[in-house]
Amino acid sequence: MALAGRTALRWGARLPSPCPTAGPLCRPAWLPAARCERHYSSRDEGKLDMSTYPVERIRNFSIIAHVDHGKSTLADRLLEITGTISKTDRNKQVLDKLQVERERGITVKAQSASLFYNHEGINYLLNLIDTPGHVDFSYEVSRSLSACQGVILVVDANEGIQAQTVANFYLAFEAQLSIIPVINKIDLKNADPERVEKQIEKLFDIPRDECIRISAKQGTNVEKVLQKVIEKIPPPQCSAADPLKALVFDSTFDHYRGVIANIALFGGEIAKGQKIVSAHTKKRYEVNEVGILTPNEQPTHKLYAGQVGYVIAGMKEVTEAQIGDTLFLHKQPVEPLPGFKSAKPMVFAGMYPIDQTEYNNLKSALERLTLNDSSVTVHRDSSLALGAGWRLGFLGLLHMEVFNQRLEQEYNMSVILTAPTVPYKAVLSSAKLIKEYGKDQITIINPAQFPDKLSVSEYLEPTVLGTIVTPHEYIGKIITLCQDRRAVQKEMLYIDENRVMLKYLFPLNEIVVDFYDALKSLSSGYASFDYEDAGYQSADLIKMDILVNGNPVEELATIIHKEKAYAAGKLLCERLKETIPRQLFEIAIQAAIGKKIIARETLKAYRKNVVAKCYGGDITRRMKLLKRQAEGKRLMRKIGNVEVPRDAFIRVLKRETDK
Amino acid sequence: APCPQWPYCRKRCSYCSFNTYAVRAPDEAAVRACLVREARTLLRLSQVHRCVCGVRSEWALLRPSVPTCSFPPVPYSVTSVFFGGGTPSLASPGTVAAVLEAVAGAAHLAAAAEVTLEANPSSASTSRLAGFRAAGVNRLSVGVQSLDDAELRMLGREHTAAEARQAVEAARGLFPGRTSIDLLFGLPGQSRDAWAQRLEAALGLCDDHISLYQLTLERGTALAAQVRGGALPAPPQDLLADMYETARNVLVATGFRHYEVSNFARKGALSTHNLSYWRADEYIGVGPGAHGRFVLRGEGGSSREARVQTLEPVTWMREVQSQGHGTRRRAVLNPLQQLEELLTLGLRTDEGITHERWGHFSPQLSLQDVFGEPGEARALQQSGWLVLDSGGLRCTWAGLAVLDSLLPDLLWQLQRV
Repeated sequence: MALAGRTALRWGARLPSPCPTAGPLCRPAWLPAARCERHYSSRDEGKLDMSTYPVERIRNFSIIAHVDHGKSTLADRLLEITGTISKTDRNKQVLDKLQVERERGITVKAQSASLFYNHEGINYLLNLIDTPGHVDFSYEVSRSLSACQGVILVVDANEGIQAQTVANFYLAFEAQLSIIPVINKIDLKNADPERVEKQIEKLFDIPRDECIRISAKQGTNVEKVLQKVIEKIPPPQCSAADPLKALVFDSTFDHYRGVIANIALFGGEIAKGQKIVSAHTKKRYEVNEVGILTPNEQPTHKLYAGQVGYVIAGMKEVTEAQIGDTLFLHKQPVEPLPGFKSAKPMVFAGMYPIDQTEYNNLKSALERLTLNDSSVTVHRDSSLALGAGWRLGFLGLLHMEVFNQRLEQEYNMSVILTAPTVPYKAVLSSAKLIKEYGKDQITIINPAQFPDKLSVSEYLEPTVLGTIVTPHEYIGKIITLCQDRRAVQKEMLYIDENRVMLKYLFPLNEIVVDFYDALKSLSSGYASFDYEDAGYQSADLIKMDILVNGNPVEELATIIHKEKAYAAGKLLCERLKETIPRQLFEIAIQAAIGKKIIARETLKAYRKNVVAKCYGGDITRRMKLLKRQAEGKRLMRKIGNVEVPRDAFIRVLKRETDK
Repeated sequence: APCPQWPYCRKRCSYCSFNTYAVRAPDEAAVRACLVREARTLLRLSQVHRCVCGVRSEWALLRPSVPTCSFPPVPYSVTSVFFGGGTPSLASPGTVAAVLEAVAGAAHLAAAAEVTLEANPSSASTSRLAGFRAAGVNRLSVGVQSLDDAELRMLGREHTAAEARQAVEAARGLFPGRTSIDLLFGLPGQSRDAWAQRLEAALGLCDDHISLYQLTLERGTALAAQVRGGALPAPPQDLLADMYETARNVLVATGFRHYEVSNFARKGALSTHNLSYWRADEYIGVGPGAHGRFVLRGEGGSSREARVQTLEPVTWMREVQSQGHGTRRRAVLNPLQQLEELLTLGLRTDEGITHERWGHFSPQLSLQDVFGEPGEARALQQSGWLVLDSGGLRCTWAGLAVLDSLLPDLLWQLQRV
């Protein structure tokens, strides 16, 4: 998936151009002059000739790590050592360009770089294919990994193996990649590389002596990592003589040039002027430009089998270059590469402008942001209380938060984001409904569409397999938390004397709201959590209505597991009671399943509400307040005779504050 | 009605958010000169040959065409003066006399005009009060606030319950039938019973006018901070409602007329000056931070203006010295705004808004036209909060206690007409 924009200007400002696009003065310092000349044809000044790198001189690899274990710092050092970027103190998370990435210490947007490195007299082309570090983006990670033959698995010498380390390891392991374990941050005072080596041995079955102890920050042993990459990771197995077969593993959108697709060549070669076809869309394009990423775009004459780079081919929307798609030459079709899936949203949330007059601005911000993130699904929606808005689908929670944060930071938009929900399914038994929908299984996103139990043979809910790594003293509390969330334990393993890895099958809806916060707070921040999609399971689902003085409030209806209805109903009623202002009559706030009331709160009538002192002095201020209240009447949502301010809905529906 | 404002206090009370300044020894001669000058200027502008002066630093002016007061309308005459503050009883009687002379010199000050002074028990010795009477004051409003020493300390008052009693007795001796007391209820931690006791004590002490105010925890005051910080308990809403209900019932049972949300009078001892606010009469604010509402006839104007005088006393004095008055803000009130104020203020009284008064501000659309049609007011009438009849529009007994919940509906209906 493509969350980020590629901003050439920003790069230009920060980095000296590593590529001699403007003549010999800009020749990269790390290349010997003689070799450099070999790279550039005399005919077409400024374009690299990639034919000098046959597959045996290519290594394609990724770095995978838990958040904050130093993936980006290691990438910075590798870029420096190979001369891809000049060595300065300012190289911090060079590949993480987004403000949100730098703030959260995460990689949202994969960013690749081609490095040139001389090992034992031979020049190698090392393609560092960066991956998003979070399982929300596991599909993107798996596509990025499928362009690699090996990975560098980075583990913090102090924190040891964490949940994301485990998830990433298995992704690489299942893809049968060579794994180079690296223990980072050995310069830290509390570093315990030995313990981490034992964990790696126990959990991943990798001999201790294969681990490389490094300090990416100080550059210690980083050169050794590069050598291992060449020695241990096999070159890609493919041939330039085959027809073109290119994997799209990422794409971004440039306002001037259209879609820039990152590709890995599994066969053949690609050059300007060729006619290519997308296996997924069957659309045909003409190649305008190919090149490598260093890490900004550097045009080349061609790209050859085994190489990694980019192609610009007149694609207008990112949806035309979907991640996992295969490109081939017109009239020379190939078997598409396996594993392609369209982005599948796992978490949905309503998004509304805080003020309806901002609707159009928000709309255009959404359009621009989704240009670069085809994995967000957008459907127009409206709510009686919150006005016109959208229902957005995200890959996961982090994806949702990052999207929201980018909207705020890059587009200066503040929005109301409702608590996330998950897509449920119903297996229909009613012939009438089956005919109506044209299928016997439907996905339910909106509670209003929830079919009655009588016409359904089974309801299904999405699940995820969660991995938790924690110091053992928190196990008891964590097990209780997981049980409260209806999770089923699948595995429990001590990865060393103090740390335990737990695997649970969770209903997705149980973790979308506050699970991570709860886990962090009961483990003083020490437990880590990661999850992957685990399909659907049968579930006892019901629709819960909220009634105000007997009248149902459409936007507060929720689909919920039967076991959770009482607690959730009570909580909703309590929150509403706090947010609806007292009125001249008593108000009953109830949660109901069908006709059965399961929770009730009573908001008592106002008995006294009149300002004590009102003389000449303060009347102006007072009139302002009263008139604001009078005008607020227009914005009130009337439920029966009860006036509910928009704020009350916002406070009840809104997602709790950020982690 | 001019309302001169004496902006100084000896110390700020813990619940007070008024524009007051704790200055030990203000330059009284200078302040006096400025009050006098500003009163003259503003009276000339309003051409209130017939106005009521109130000295909260405001003076109520009585329009001749609108016979609202107990005394006969005199064209362009001042029907009341109210010295407010701050603590005007800290000013010397000479200052009060000087201001009153200025009013009498610039407008017709009726012999029967009500001249009220707010007094604090800590600056209300008999001799001092006699001095005020000699200066022309004929009604006294004593800031008793509570008749319990612990409560008085919590409120940051400088006097004891005993001193408050003495002050009221002294006042009653000098201003019989024209002494009012202020009391607060709903203090943090105050119980139903404690309030009932205070009320009983107050009834034993008072003359024919009582103002009962529910304590408002104003932002920025010491008391509000203590409640917010949890050092003092916030009074529960239901308890406040009970206290108010108790007080209303007790006072009415002892012969008081509940003529405004927080004001009670017997033997016709209503405050003329304060009624002029609630009836949306004209009044002139004089002194730092004073507000006024009047028509600038002196400048040939015909629309009612809202005026606010400069808040800070030293700046205000400089402005008065250089331009004759310290008006910081003036805004012409359009007809809708005038009706909104009339509605908001008028419904606080037991008489409500009479047809005549409404007609004065709205000659075209009657009360019936605006509120008699199906809509919010009709619904509120049906629920028993409001009455619209031949007497005008007014709250029921129950409605008065929840007026602030009625007003947004009524204002919203008015705006749509």
